[in-house]
Amino acid sequence: MADALVRTDFLGKDEKTAARPLVLWRPTAKTGLVSWLTTVDHKRIGFLYGISALFFFLVGGLEALFIRIQLAVPNNNFLSAQQYNEMFTMHATTMIFLAIMPLSAAFFNFIMPLQIGARDVAFPRLNAFSFWVFLAGAIILNIGWFLHDGVPNGGWFGYTPLTTRTFSPSHSIDMWVMGLQLLGVASIAASLNFITTIINMRAPGLTMMRLPVFTWMTLVTAFLIVLAFPAITIALVELMMDRLFGTNFFEVSNGGMPILWTHLFWVFGHPEVYILILPAMGIISEVIPTFSRKPLFGYPIVVFSGACIGFLGFGVWSHHMFTTGMGTMATAAFSMTTMAIAVPTGVKIFNWIGTMWNGHLSMRTPMMFALGFIWLFMIGGFSGVMHAAAPADSQQHNSYFVVAHFHYVLIGGSLFALLAGIHYWFPLMFGRKVSEFWGKLSFWVIFVGFNTTFFPMHFLGLNGMPRRTFTYDANMGWNTGNLIATVGAFILGIGVAIYFGVMIYTYFRGEKVGGDPWDGRTLEWSLPNPVPEYNYRVIPTVHARDAFWYEKNHREEIVREEAEHARSEAEHGGIHMPFQSVYPFIAGVGILIGAIGVSVIDPNPDPKVIIGRKLGVALAGFAVMVVAVYLWSLEGNEGYHIHVDGDGAHDGSNAGPH
Amino acid sequence: MSTAAAGTIDHHRDPTTSTGIPNKKLLMWAFLASDCMFFGCLISTHLIYRLHPPPGVPAARDVFNIELTSFSTFILLMSSLMMALAVNAIQKGNLRSLRFSLLTTIFFGCIFLACQVYEFSHFVSEKHMTITNSIFGTTFFTLTGTHGLHVLIGVIWLSSMLVYSFTGRLSEKDSIDVESMGLYWHFVDIVWIVIFTAVYLLEYI
Repeated sequence: MADALVRTDFLGKDEKTAARPLVLWRPTAKTGLVSWLTTVDHKRIGFLYGISALFFFLVGGLEALFIRIQLAVPNNNFLSAQQYNEMFTMHATTMIFLAIMPLSAAFFNFIMPLQIGARDVAFPRLNAFSFWVFLAGAIILNIGWFLHDGVPNGGWFGYTPLTTRTFSPSHSIDMWVMGLQLLGVASIAASLNFITTIINMRAPGLTMMRLPVFTWMTLVTAFLIVLAFPAITIALVELMMDRLFGTNFFEVSNGGMPILWTHLFWVFGHPEVYILILPAMGIISEVIPTFSRKPLFGYPIVVFSGACIGFLGFGVWSHHMFTTGMGTMATAAFSMTTMAIAVPTGVKIFNWIGTMWNGHLSMRTPMMFALGFIWLFMIGGFSGVMHAAAPADSQQHNSYFVVAHFHYVLIGGSLFALLAGIHYWFPLMFGRKVSEFWGKLSFWVIFVGFNTTFFPMHFLGLNGMPRRTFTYDANMGWNTGNLIATVGAFILGIGVAIYFGVMIYTYFRGEKVGGDPWDGRTLEWSLPNPVPEYNYRVIPTVHARDAFWYEKNHREEIVREEAEHARSEAEHGGIHMPFQSVYPFIAGVGILIGAIGVSVIDPNPDPKVIIGRKLGVALAGFAVMVVAVYLWSLEGNEGYHIHVDGDGAHDGSNAGPH
Repeated sequence: MSTAAAGTIDHHRDPTTSTGIPNKKLLMWAFLASDCMFFGCLISTHLIYRLHPPPGVPAARDVFNIELTSFSTFILLMSSLMMALAVNAIQKGNLRSLRFSLLTTIFFGCIFLACQVYEFSHFVSEKHMTITNSIFGTTFFTLTGTHGLHVLIGVIWLSSMLVYSFTGRLSEKDSIDVESMGLYWHFVDIVWIVIFTAVYLLEYI
């Protein structure tokens, strides 16, 4: 493929206008700290998301173990009631917003552009900005560990009036409010980017109904985030106004109604459930066909079910509120929609089973996790649809039965799929493969530990054990179940430790594999390893749903096509790469400073000081953000060109705006 | 994407994207969808609390000055017209006309903001309605204030564009930037029509 020329004399080279002002400095480092802080490469940003998510996953796991130690025996005093509240609040908030969501985001970032044959996302700098804002939010949420005020303790749902100033005067709730707002901004910005990327940057021939299912689910999830996060953002803004400025949104004495918070929260909260599970379903829909040696059974139905879940997901929120007394009509309506949403979910399960039917199953570790997903998610789905029946739900409400249910869908569902995804795409990301023995061992320990922890909770819940209560009496009949659950939690912890220990070992010492170890069928497996920063030397042309499978079976046609495309691309200036930029990072730092000002610092008690420390820090952070965003828009979306020859050697040079 | 024809300028279709819609425009549409939900939640909050007034809440009719607000609404609608003319102008490469239309849009936006500032200070000082002393004040100031903030951001954005049309950074090939800004501006106007109806006119039925 020597026809992809190494050229430097292309149009636009001289547009590299001589004297750029110093503030519009474009970093060029490819290694080291600066390269990571200024990166706009979707793969690197994916890594950053992944590593942060795994760190917070371990933090959240530790919090869970503390909770289980406290509940292991009756009347335990390992944790105080206050510490217990902090633990369950932080465990839930961390796992949902700082572990599962960013781990999904890591896959969105790393895999999705590769699956659609793109060289990056549509707005690379916005993508970096999303990550830095996410990190700022994560820091604000956890900053309380190091402060006198402590970490948030109002529950991940933050129900008012508990979280109003009257009942929670400490700054920890302010940190929770501010942290979630930042995470919302980060998620929305990232999702707008993904929507644009998937709709607009598909390779030629990649029609919507040829998109890999993981990419489809990324799209649906992105729409859910864009439409659901505003509800919680507004709820949080209202709560923040109440806490900072003394407004009356949730101030009962002045006509505020706490039920409004509950509605706004769950208008976000229930779509959020699907934000957590749909990416997982996408991963499963990639893993199962690959290891069944069959195309996905009923592809259009799987896609439409995913979209259908997305739509219905907005119409079921009040099933979290059956016990608030909404009235018969509303309760009946939300019962019906909740039952309806089980249908597309069940359809997907049947499609996965249909995919495996008569397939040549290859029981590798990712497949084990995928099968574990189907089994456990089904159990979680069964207990979930039980909640649709309002009379039954009012018995189960706020009991450990609910805890069992949502851990089956969140761990057994989302997490198992993400663990499958890590195993599945590990060779693509790092060029090495986890040993089958250790992979399967970690699967079985996690599987056994998980079920030992959470299955007894069904019984505990039906026997009346309430959630979020820091201890219980010995004569309630809950002792055995709790002890088993705690033992299970430690087995689960050991399983997760094995899993990540093996991952770290594999990263350094694992068996090296080539580009396509699983004999894959989607485009990302056509890439060399490690994936070059420009991804595709030649943008592929897609001829079939399983695009790479088609390429494997039509080598000659593809080689001819690639040569042609490489030539025409070289004529148009080569591969266009975006410049790195420091401004997304600086904007993130500004947002972090501003958020610290708003949520951590005490207001100045002296009314004569107009700009006290609190307002000063908040304004300073805001100013840094505004300046960074302004310079970001001034520096423009310029880039440089790379010319790659057949062997992958390349030569870069600067280019003007594009 | 071998069809990426360098150098051709097409105002409405970007040949390098799968759908032909420029990325910036698609991003703006998706953002506006999200923003709809933001305003939807705030307007819902206002309407819900309107139905459950606690004792002592001032009657909206006694507070509002509907003549002034009607005037500022009309001005904001006219700014949308000028914004549309600005987009049209840059697509034709007519920078002079662009500058005039942008300047008028900014001017109308500022009149709207001035009316809002006057209205707010009037409500606080004359009608004694503040953001803290009644639930009506809380929802009203938060909702209309959020909208005002959107207008302010729009005015700053428009002003930057106006400045860059003089420095040469903004030219015919950047028409998509003006078009995206136009989408934002029209959206902010449409939201105001909803707010004007749901918050103001509803009180006079």
